[in-house]
Amino acid sequence: MASEKVKTFTDANFGDEVKNGVVLVDFWATWCAPCRRIAPLVDQLAEEYAGKLTVAKVDIDENPMTPSKFMVRGIPTLLLFKDGELKETIVGLETKDRLTQVISKHL
Amino acid sequence: MNTQQQVIIIGSGPAGLTAGLYAARANLKPLIIEGIEAGGQLMLTTMVENWPGYRDGIMGPDLMTELRAQAERFGAEIIQGDVSSVDLSKRPFTVNVDSTKYTAEALIVATGASAKWLDLGVDKKLSGRGVSTCATCDGFFFKGLPVAVIGGGDTAMEEAIYLSKLATRVTVIHRRDTLRASKVMQDKAMASPNISFIWNSEVVDIKDLDQGKVTSLVLRDTQNGAISELAVDGVFIGIGHVPNTALFKGQLAMHDNGYLKTHSGSRTSVRGVFAAGDVQDHVYRQAVTAAGSGCMAAIDAERFLSGTLHESHETVEASL
Repeated sequence: MASEKVKTFTDANFGDEVKNGVVLVDFWATWCAPCRRIAPLVDQLAEEYAGKLTVAKVDIDENPMTPSKFMVRGIPTLLLFKDGELKETIVGLETKDRLTQVISKHL
Repeated sequence: MNTQQQVIIIGSGPAGLTAGLYAARANLKPLIIEGIEAGGQLMLTTMVENWPGYRDGIMGPDLMTELRAQAERFGAEIIQGDVSSVDLSKRPFTVNVDSTKYTAEALIVATGASAKWLDLGVDKKLSGRGVSTCATCDGFFFKGLPVAVIGGGDTAMEEAIYLSKLATRVTVIHRRDTLRASKVMQDKAMASPNISFIWNSEVVDIKDLDQGKVTSLVLRDTQNGAISELAVDGVFIGIGHVPNTALFKGQLAMHDNGYLKTHSGSRTSVRGVFAAGDVQDHVYRQAVTAAGSGCMAAIDAERFLSGTLHESHETVEASL
């Protein structure tokens, strides 16, 4: 079960949603096996950093504009924004330890 | 959760899950630590046509879902997580997963192998920006664009065939003038109208780091040294795999190429530690051989734990 704390962003609202605070966005697709591997980690991060970090997903099939804008050409890719500015790009599978290291730099 | 186990299995590809299935059916209540690339290499493939019993083939991820459920059905416990370190110097063995410490009387190493990169540096920097080791993951981004595939084995051919349905043009770049791929894969690739081959060439650079995306490949002809450039939007690396043995450096005997040494079945250089699958097999590297060796490792571990594993074939030189 996906965490209820994980939001869903779309091409339409992406710009507004990442404008404020620290936001971690998981770019994924239903057909992407490694994305399914990272999904539980993303859920855990949403629970553990609730209130400090906004965690969201973008389905790249339904929202092609946003990945193209940020030159995402492989999934899973995690992008971390702080007040609208892209701070980190994490491509592929990473351990939870490594993800928390990267996130905590910006909190 | 009980962190003291009889058997821990590291890895959840065909080898790890088959070891889990057999160990579970032997009532050893195995703990499988699935690892970051859970499900193993088959999770990144499409149709698997050489797994016995499926005459029409089975999708790699579906096969792994089945194997996983089958192991769980008999009581194997599978946990998420990636092993950060192990201590094999005394029994019980210690296996650390982030901050949790597990111990086991017997250990089965089935950590497999991961895709090899080019060693250019730039390829990793452009990962997710046009450089990929997984066509089924990233091919989507190259619909209607030209791409290249590097390599001449089955992995490279499978990537090329998959990509030929998405990209305008797929150029396979290979260091030699003949393919190492199986005949059936070669024939499929050769028959595709938009797959072409550049022989006797290696990639010496990927452009363009400044733009943060792939624009072209710089190739060197291995015969005459001539340099050329090929414009592509994406490049898929299919040049083979490296065994995931970094965890065991200095603790388990390895061949020069990093694969674990095994003897008398699945035994490693440490009593009570067994190895299965691609981590100890640089020759066959098939899903079915991995599964077979996973079965062997579970049987060896069971006999070791019950004190009936015969130590009469200790032939390996423990060259650490």
